Amino acid sequence: MNEGLPLAGVAADRLADVWVYLSASPLLGLTVTLLVYHGAFVAYRKSGFHPLANPVALSVIVLGALLWATGTPYATYFEGAQFVHFLLGPATVALSVPLFEQLARVKRLWLPMAGALVVGTLAATVTAIGVGWALGASKATIASLAPKSVTAPVAMGIAEKIGGLPTLTAVLVVCTGILGAASARYVLDALRIKDPTVRGFALGTAAHGIGTARAFLVSEEMGAFAGLAMGLTALFSAVALPLVAGWLLNWI
Amino acid sequence: MIPALATLLVFQLIGEALVRALAAPVPGPVVGMALLLLTLVLRPSLLGAIKPTAQTLLQHLSLLFVPAGVGVMLHLQRLGDEALAIGVALVLSTLVGLASAALTMGWLMKRVTPPSDHDQA
Repeated sequence: MNEGLPLAGVAADRLADVWVYLSASPLLGLTVTLLVYHGAFVAYRKSGFHPLANPVALSVIVLGALLWATGTPYATYFEGAQFVHFLLGPATVALSVPLFEQLARVKRLWLPMAGALVVGTLAATVTAIGVGWALGASKATIASLAPKSVTAPVAMGIAEKIGGLPTLTAVLVVCTGILGAASARYVLDALRIKDPTVRGFALGTAAHGIGTARAFLVSEEMGAFAGLAMGLTALFSAVALPLVAGWLLNWI
Repeated sequence: MIPALATLLVFQLIGEALVRALAAPVPGPVVGMALLLLTLVLRPSLLGAIKPTAQTLLQHLSLLFVPAGVGVMLHLQRLGDEALAIGVALVLSTLVGLASAALTMGWLMKRVTPPSDHDQA
């Protein structure tokens, strides 16, 4: 294509070949995900783990900009990133370890936890549906919003059942997690909630795995209760939300 | 690390299989978590073998949400069209969920649990 400079043309062709190969292989998506997350985490650490410098938010912004700038479709990126996404399953199973270590306190606190779980989950769902409806969101959007406090794989299943868009729900779940993780310190301080078990449990109920990740950074104890809340919220929501949200959506 | 990772996967697999077989509405990994917890209660000696790998995974839990988050690319149109409703609903419902869960738990702990049973009031 560049007749005047054959060498440069060959080099450009080679480069194009390399790009064609890399953009079709999962290697690039996976590598870029890890590199960008690592960079975001370093920035998070440098900020003294400030809740507003959330590494998930930073990574999503940078990766989104990269995909947009290179014209890479999300599906192509996900072929590589799915290996990271897959680990959500084993990580959920791994939550049994901190849970087991806090079991004595879990047994003692089961009633307050059950109450918090039911009230927190239903309040978040009803608020999401109500606000979405009042501000004129479409029905598919409202149905995608309803399960957003639940961990991603479960929330996507619920959204599908009640007429939402599972991939939109995944995004809203991540946004909720980031919002919850970023605001928890301020909200819970304002409510004068000091007990780490309550702080952790509330964070896990409202902001699933991203809230749990934040809680683990504060303390192992807070993380264990956040992880417990995330697991229990997933169980409770999987059963209750299709009924409650489905019923509310019928009225809209 | 490999036996621990295999253990986690085996429990996830059992969870997924059970959920499919019983057509239960709960997610497979959550059932796997419950089963592994039960196993740890029955055989606490297993803990040492799984703990380091489980902790490594949980320390990097945030990373695992990044691929799903980048899916925002697929929905820019809808998010732009309904930005106000989605934004306000997200913020309000997250704050309401956080505050209501914390207040309910704090209130129930004071009412139900004897004060000597937990560290802080």
